[in-house]
Amino acid sequence: MKNNSKYLIIGNSVAAVACVESIRRTDAEGSITLVSDETYHTYSRPLISYLLGGKIGPERMFYRDNNFYTENNVNAILGKKAVKIDADKKTVVLNDGSELGYEKLMISTGGTPIVPDMPGVKSSGVFTFTTWDDTNNIKEYIEKNKVKKAVVIGGGLIGLKATEALLALDIKVTILELADRILAATFDKKASAIIGSELEKVGCAVITNNTVTKINAAKTGAKNIKEVVLKNKKKIPAEILIVAIGVRPNIEFLKSSGIKTNRGIVVDDKMQSSLKDVYAAGDCCEAKEFLSGLPQVIAIWPSAARQGRIAGNNMAGGTEKYTGNLAKNSVELCGVPTISVGLTDTTKEKALEVIEVYEPENLIYRKVVIRNNKIVGIVFVGNITRAGIYTGLIKDGVDISSFRSHILKEDFGLISLPKEYRKHLVSGAGIEV
Amino acid sequence: MKKIVIREEYCIGCRLCEIHCLVQHSKSKEIIKAYKGEYPKPMSRVRVEQLHHLSFAMQCRHCEDAPCLEACLSGAMHRDKKTGAVLCDEDKCVGCWMCIMVCPFGVIERNTEGKKIASKCDLCTGQEKPVCVKNCPNEAIVYEE
Ligand SMILES: Cc1cc2nc3c(=O)[nH]c(=O)nc-3n(C[C@H](O)[C@H](O)[C@H](O)COP(=O)(O)OP(=O)(O)OC[C@H]3O[C@@H](n4cnc5c(N)ncnc54)[C@H](O)[C@@H]3O)c2cc1C
Repeated sequence: MKNNSKYLIIGNSVAAVACVESIRRTDAEGSITLVSDETYHTYSRPLISYLLGGKIGPERMFYRDNNFYTENNVNAILGKKAVKIDADKKTVVLNDGSELGYEKLMISTGGTPIVPDMPGVKSSGVFTFTTWDDTNNIKEYIEKNKVKKAVVIGGGLIGLKATEALLALDIKVTILELADRILAATFDKKASAIIGSELEKVGCAVITNNTVTKINAAKTGAKNIKEVVLKNKKKIPAEILIVAIGVRPNIEFLKSSGIKTNRGIVVDDKMQSSLKDVYAAGDCCEAKEFLSGLPQVIAIWPSAARQGRIAGNNMAGGTEKYTGNLAKNSVELCGVPTISVGLTDTTKEKALEVIEVYEPENLIYRKVVIRNNKIVGIVFVGNITRAGIYTGLIKDGVDISSFRSHILKEDFGLISLPKEYRKHLVSGAGIEV
Repeated sequence: MKKIVIREEYCIGCRLCEIHCLVQHSKSKEIIKAYKGEYPKPMSRVRVEQLHHLSFAMQCRHCEDAPCLEACLSGAMHRDKKTGAVLCDEDKCVGCWMCIMVCPFGVIERNTEGKKIASKCDLCTGQEKPVCVKNCPNEAIVYEE
């Protein structure tokens, strides 16, 4: 039987939720069906590290009320997987063989963790860390095997979040990072060094320029992991291994659909894919990057939310356009808050200028990256006060000539900005006051 | 919705708004206790910016298209259905600071005494008028539809 709805959404995470809310802003009536291969209500993936570390309980995993589906009149099909799209017939096939018809389709299947193929990778005790189920499995394994020593492959955001949770459980962690430093994608050397040394202070070993080539497990019983072998042949004992080297767009099931993909699903400014009436948003797609205007996968929460909203608006007949994905993240590690936005690596482009405050002894580092008198990136470590003002200046492309000398002063604020821009922000049109 | 409108030409930089805000958001609601004896120490959610002879009081604008709402990882940041105010549910907040990263007004702060939470203006929930507005001696902030 074919079950038809006006709007069909694949996925149940932030892009999907934003899409539902956006559709309902313009279309209170049109039927919405949402399908997800996970069984949970709207839960927040970034909270899994808080859950694992015991900072929050399961009841706080949800970022929408439990009447979300009823309130928005959504038919939620949870626990079933989309396996195929037929854009000619306008249907989506699920893993139980059922078919769902649509007028407008939204794909927000997010990312899948990358697991390198290596000997022993199937051993018990090897996990990825992106879902609630992963967290439950990790927790159960840790308790059952009284795990005291962990290895985390990947010193990016997810690897460090996993590390933080494991440390909170009194587990000794070794991080292995292929690059020359942790958080290499979003941080510069100075920022990485501050966080790296703080991690070492709390008993976490950080090994860079290295990775795991082989996993050795017990020969008997449940074949639990025992140790990992590194590129340089060194062995490190490991009772659990978390693989966190990155995620890639979850788009394999779309192969037969004829949808245009590159690294992710290719979309235009309305978040529409190459297929008619098929939209995509979030970590599965490759939207326009804000500074370069070029397509890029930037897998972050606020962008997934915004893209979902733009997709929903256009699916419901609106004309909102996506202005671009600006890389940004906020991570607090070992009690040190950090925020990075936009372009932070200044080694590849000569024209970039930098203004910075660097006080490693106080765990403080603040850097502003400038191109043609406009801010294009920031890295703040230790002191993140009013970081959003800089994000706003990047987004609005404000010329900083008149307040350049003031830009990292303690009292820098809206008052330092050109009157016209400030007035617009403080009491002008567009933004209500 | 009713919002706080900033009229910088009238601000005299007295910072009474900051004091009243802090006291209003304290447990005791008494100025000396609020400043000297409370843990976690209450914070003012309004900030007076000052440069030479210019000053103004700045607090959450309760934006129509609020970037903090979509950046929030925990669902703590939400819009009040009745008043339209952008509020932070402090029980839900995990202190990830995504909101601080995206707020173009820089009016959300880390409150790190006790449980880490984002601290911001709540328009003095339950009060007829926000206390900063009520106590401004020169109507440099007004509460208007
Ligand atoms: C531990 C961790 C920490 C993070 N921390 C941060 C952070 O601090 N800041 C930040 O900006 N971002 C963070 N992120 C990234 C953030 O979680 C993602 O960017 C965001 O979740 C992307 O949302 P999405 O809607 O695109 O997809 P996802 O959240 O990946 O969800 C995909 C959805 O699709 C469903 N699905 C997938 N395939 C199918 C299928 N075939 N059929 C049916 N349903 C399917 C899944 O069940 C899920 O509901 C973190 C991620 C992790 C894992």
